[in-house]
Amino acid sequence: MSLRSPLGRVLGSGSANDGTEHWWAQRVTAVALLILGLWFLFALLQLDGFAHATVSAWLGRPFTGVMMLLLCLTLAWHSYLGVQVVLEDYVHGPLIKVASLLISRFMHAFVAIAAVLAILRVSLGGSA
Amino acid sequence: MGNEGRPLSPHLSVYRWPITMTLSILHRMTGVALSAGLIALVVWLEAIALGAASYDSLGVWMHSGVGQLLLLGWCFSFFFHLSSGVRHLFWDAGHGFEISQANTSSWIVIIAAFVLTAGYWLAMGGLA
Repeated sequence: MSLRSPLGRVLGSGSANDGTEHWWAQRVTAVALLILGLWFLFALLQLDGFAHATVSAWLGRPFTGVMMLLLCLTLAWHSYLGVQVVLEDYVHGPLIKVASLLISRFMHAFVAIAAVLAILRVSLGGSA
Repeated sequence: MGNEGRPLSPHLSVYRWPITMTLSILHRMTGVALSAGLIALVVWLEAIALGAASYDSLGVWMHSGVGQLLLLGWCFSFFFHLSSGVRHLFWDAGHGFEISQANTSSWIVIIAAFVLTAGYWLAMGGLA
């Protein structure tokens, strides 16, 4: 017998314990990626070839660094949200579902941080 | 959930396959492909940060037949997911729900994806 009232237990919890955050974040990142993705493809077109010196000089520019950080982080977020929905829809069995969702989250975090560090190393002039 | 043996209502398999279903599954498949593309993008950024030797050995991979095929696949996936994503945003805003409109927009997405991919690939000179 709990001392909490039935109303107290459910206040703030929708049927899924959250509201429209997932859906809305997917849309906001989608619009951001529309801009960032097209910028990236356009920037690659502008490059004078793909030699290491050319590409690292391009990535080392301040504006490129900001845009690439935005692109990679937004992409990782949007990708995580999308893969999560796919796993929830197609992976059944409580254990494997939770395991695959956790692995997906960890991998997305790993990839996002690896991207940030790679971009920062070039931006801050670590190599090249 | 313990309801085996109950009659099922007619499911997807009883309908003639409409173009909108192809678009729906392709949106997911290209999304998952782009999640793999995110890993490739980060590998590329890491290679730039690591220096010319790593970058050039990745370049050999990207110029191989398999590498070119993967890049072309990601290029198509990007433009398809982008076009189809814009269609989803129109739906979110409450437009284009009539069956005839959904069929028309399906074909617009398919044509746009192929045209944009071909245009970009030609502009790039196939990653020359």
